[in-house]
Amino acid sequence: MSVMGLFFIFIATVAVMWLVRQGVMESPWLEEGEVAHYRRVGGAEPPTAGRVGLAVFLAVAGCLFSLLAAAFFMRGDAPDWQMPPIPGVLWVNTFLLAASSVALQVAVVAARRANAERLKTALLIGAVTAALFLIGQIWAWRELLELRFFAASNAANAFFYLLTGVHALHLIGGLVALARTTDKVRGAERVTKALTTRVELCAIYWHFLLFVWLLMFAMLIGWADGFGAICRRLLS
Amino acid sequence: MTDASVPQNVAPPPAEVPEVELYHAHSWITKYVFSQDAKVIAIQYAGTAIAVGILALVLSWVIRLQLAFPGAIPFIDANVYYQSVTMHGMIMVVYMLTAIFLGGFGNYLIPLMVGARDMVFPYVNMLSYWVYLIATLVLVSSYFFPGGPTGAGWTLYPPQSILTGTPGHEYGIILMLVSLILFIVGFTMGGLNYVVTVLQARTRGMTLMRMPLTVWGIFAAAVMALLAFPGLFVACLMLLLDRTLGTSFFMPSLVELGERKDYVGGSPILFQHLFWFFGHPEVYIVALPAFGVVSDLISVHARKNIFGYRMMVWAIVAIGVLSMVVWGHHMYISGMDPWFGFFFAVTTLAIAVPTALKVYNWVLTLWHADIHFTTPMLFALGFLVTFVNGGITGLYLGNVIVDVPLSATLFVVAHFHMVMGIAPVLVIFGAIYHWFPKITGRMMDERLGKIHFWITFLGAYAIFFPMHYLGVLGMPRRFYEMGETAFVPASAATLNIVITVIALAVGFAQSIFFYNLFKSLKHGAPAGGNPWRAASLEWQTPETPPGHGNWGKQLPVVYRWPYAYSVPGAPEDYLPQNAPPVRGERSP
Amino acid sequence: MSIAIAMVLVVAGSILFHLLSPWRATPIASNWGFIDDTMGLTFLVTGAGFVAVILFMAYCLYRFRHVPGRRAAYEPENQKLEAWLGIVTTIAVIILLAPGLFVWGQFITVPKDALEIEAVGVQWNWSFRLPGADAQLGSSDVRYIDSTNSMGLSPADPKGQDDLLITSGELHLPLGKPVKVLLRSIDVLHDFYVPEIRAKMDLVPGIVTYFWFTPTKIGEYEILCAAYCGTGHPQMRGKMVIESEADFETWRTAQQTFEQSRKSDASRDKRASAQ
Repeated sequence: MSVMGLFFIFIATVAVMWLVRQGVMESPWLEEGEVAHYRRVGGAEPPTAGRVGLAVFLAVAGCLFSLLAAAFFMRGDAPDWQMPPIPGVLWVNTFLLAASSVALQVAVVAARRANAERLKTALLIGAVTAALFLIGQIWAWRELLELRFFAASNAANAFFYLLTGVHALHLIGGLVALARTTDKVRGAERVTKALTTRVELCAIYWHFLLFVWLLMFAMLIGWADGFGAICRRLLS
Repeated sequence: MTDASVPQNVAPPPAEVPEVELYHAHSWITKYVFSQDAKVIAIQYAGTAIAVGILALVLSWVIRLQLAFPGAIPFIDANVYYQSVTMHGMIMVVYMLTAIFLGGFGNYLIPLMVGARDMVFPYVNMLSYWVYLIATLVLVSSYFFPGGPTGAGWTLYPPQSILTGTPGHEYGIILMLVSLILFIVGFTMGGLNYVVTVLQARTRGMTLMRMPLTVWGIFAAAVMALLAFPGLFVACLMLLLDRTLGTSFFMPSLVELGERKDYVGGSPILFQHLFWFFGHPEVYIVALPAFGVVSDLISVHARKNIFGYRMMVWAIVAIGVLSMVVWGHHMYISGMDPWFGFFFAVTTLAIAVPTALKVYNWVLTLWHADIHFTTPMLFALGFLVTFVNGGITGLYLGNVIVDVPLSATLFVVAHFHMVMGIAPVLVIFGAIYHWFPKITGRMMDERLGKIHFWITFLGAYAIFFPMHYLGVLGMPRRFYEMGETAFVPASAATLNIVITVIALAVGFAQSIFFYNLFKSLKHGAPAGGNPWRAASLEWQTPETPPGHGNWGKQLPVVYRWPYAYSVPGAPEDYLPQNAPPVRGERSP
Repeated sequence: MSIAIAMVLVVAGSILFHLLSPWRATPIASNWGFIDDTMGLTFLVTGAGFVAVILFMAYCLYRFRHVPGRRAAYEPENQKLEAWLGIVTTIAVIILLAPGLFVWGQFITVPKDALEIEAVGVQWNWSFRLPGADAQLGSSDVRYIDSTNSMGLSPADPKGQDDLLITSGELHLPLGKPVKVLLRSIDVLHDFYVPEIRAKMDLVPGIVTYFWFTPTKIGEYEILCAAYCGTGHPQMRGKMVIESEADFETWRTAQQTFEQSRKSDASRDKRASAQ
């Protein structure tokens, strides 16, 4: 649960700091007037609804993955726990997902510079590499299943399928959004502000999924064992 | 979306975010069925929640009949009893209370109260309702599968919930888990909307500290729900895999009724952690909107500003944060490391402080007020009594050592029904009586409303107050019959009969409410735009009921907080939030 | 107006009910009198709070009810008052919490000389195990469970051979001696619950949980299950008999050990196969 604790402290800190900046500690309610308390945070352009919505969604998804990680470490304490061998294809997959993330970042830059051609190419590369990542994940599953590492035979196997599966589902959802964005880009005559925002949102989501995948991968190949041990010590 | 041509730091933009493109319905179906208008979605949510809530009410009669007359009712056996307990609990907590407060009141009130035209993601909002409806149908459909719905108790604790000693282990439990997963997916879509609308779509002048407490309560509850529901999601998903694929996330090696199962090494306590990581914030997900609504009801009908608004907001935030770290108080005797008891007892009792401050502020709002005993006000006051009563019994159960003898007894049942059953339900009734005129343009019948209040309030108190004492005596919960037990005197059975009779009467008395609701829909007195002379923004719409887009051509501009009641020097005893200030008038 | 009267009546009725209620905690039969004291303290503090808040509210409702011409005061906040109320509430909470934590500290600190016994839950009855002459309980595992070994004791563990197995559901304990109850379930969650000793704890399959108490009163007490464990949950009963040290010894010597039960079962099997 300490994974959860860390995540929660992070969220709570962000939330409380934001509230304080919004003037929750002061008493503007007693004043009257139209604009007295309109304020722009940091003087910058206020974030769009889509951006805020994505940020909130990432908090929810982050919470979900933190809970899975917490469960992983707590369950991993049991004596029957036996991690399955890690299929080598996962290294390739990691590279593919990273490439996908980079491609989308290129797309963002291209969109900001209104470079439609490069934007289209980058989006396509991003989508294809992400799709290849998913195929690679299925490959990894098949490899493990052929070696008879079934979900029912050990909880560690089950966690492997569960974690990668939930992550893949998130990526599939992202691909749907990316496909719609790509569609819009193809139909558009020029790169509009709204379109750029859409591409940016996709890229942020991709970076998030890459970040989650890297942590997850570290957990699965055992680099995070030390952290798990700390968690357990904190618990007992 | 953002128009870069607005000059910065010269004049404020017309709203904190620019106008959103409004969705327009083209046919009857898109207007009233697959509608993207938050107000229609709100009615759909509330209607579904109330319908499934009536099912839960009927189930509670099954429970009460069995407890009062064990064995005497032919169609109630142990299976039916446990299935009723489970479905009653789960429906009330998740499908009814969460859905009606956030999906119902949240959808209707947030855009109106913050001065928005609609939710920011109307399409997702629509999906949210339909996924919720499917989740509800999946849950109810378990009655038509072999074995019936699950009888695992609403906590669904493994290993018992997926083993053969529990009714509904065939399909009921699977449908329950699938339904919950769907509910969470649907809720997340709605929750994103509520949160982002509050953050992004407030009209000009509507700073956070000028939002009505109803919005604050719903907002905080939505944030908490977004962070807490993943706990239930993970628990359900893993339990579903344990049940269907035979994984061992929660299932240890065990021998069930003489048969060795294949599970190995799983941890039932892990499930409890995940479940209560959701389960405890859930209490406040229901309570915080109720807190908010009650603040507004009291303020409007007492014609006085809510006392200590700032403290009320801080308390909501503090309760929201603290409630995420108290889940362990449901597990004092679960076999988890007993040292956790110290931590969770401290955090749990710490929550009592902001909660008590809220109660004081409600009561102090009545001081030097001008109290009108309207039906919504009566329900708000009824809430205060039941909430204070249920809140202080929480101090027994939160204080780890006092919990030991009381846990798993009827004391717990009485406590949570008082604090998160009766109290929020009274608020829901009060809120419906209060906002019905805005939703329909007609008043509800005051006389019927008061009869409804008296029966519900006094009846509910009479049901649950004595029940605490059965718990102190030691009567355990979830016993479908007490049987011969040395320490239970015969008088306990008599008390159970009395409670059941009152429960049946109070249950049937709810028909008064529904009669009133449907009668007033057609024949209620015309309400006008602002029958309660309230200051907050939702009462200032150009049309009643509010039209599509809520505000006509121009979004309202907000000049003051929503509690400007009885301001000295003002001509009337309330100043609407969007009334421009008059020069020379004392600033509120 | 009537709501103010109703609130006074609710308070008066609640107090009367409390005073006249025949439903009170069972007479205590263990050392956990502190738990009852803490609960009594909690009742006083919270009861006073309840009465004060509701009566004050009733007074406000009566005093400030709407009459023609009344206008409410405008009072956004009073930080001093709120701070005071916050401090008073915090003190009240500390008064409740401090003794509670103190007693909890005792609850989780088992005396060294406690008699270790084991209670095993299975759908839906209780069985028990007491250490034999070596004063130690042998190890156990669900794997070992079969028709002659319903509690799953390790057949190879020498410590377990002399353990006394009680499958009748009737547990005897000596008066005045601390007992550490080790709890083990072989199927689902159960909870060892005797109202008269106040303490209780869940049985969790896969792990061993525990709690302790000292019996202080001779008598027979009913053991219930307090964690829902399926349709037979209310029927899961056992009996706990607290008796003098001498009576306890007599009872104990009459119990069968694990070794004996295996032998008698084995001989029965042999006879069955011979026939």
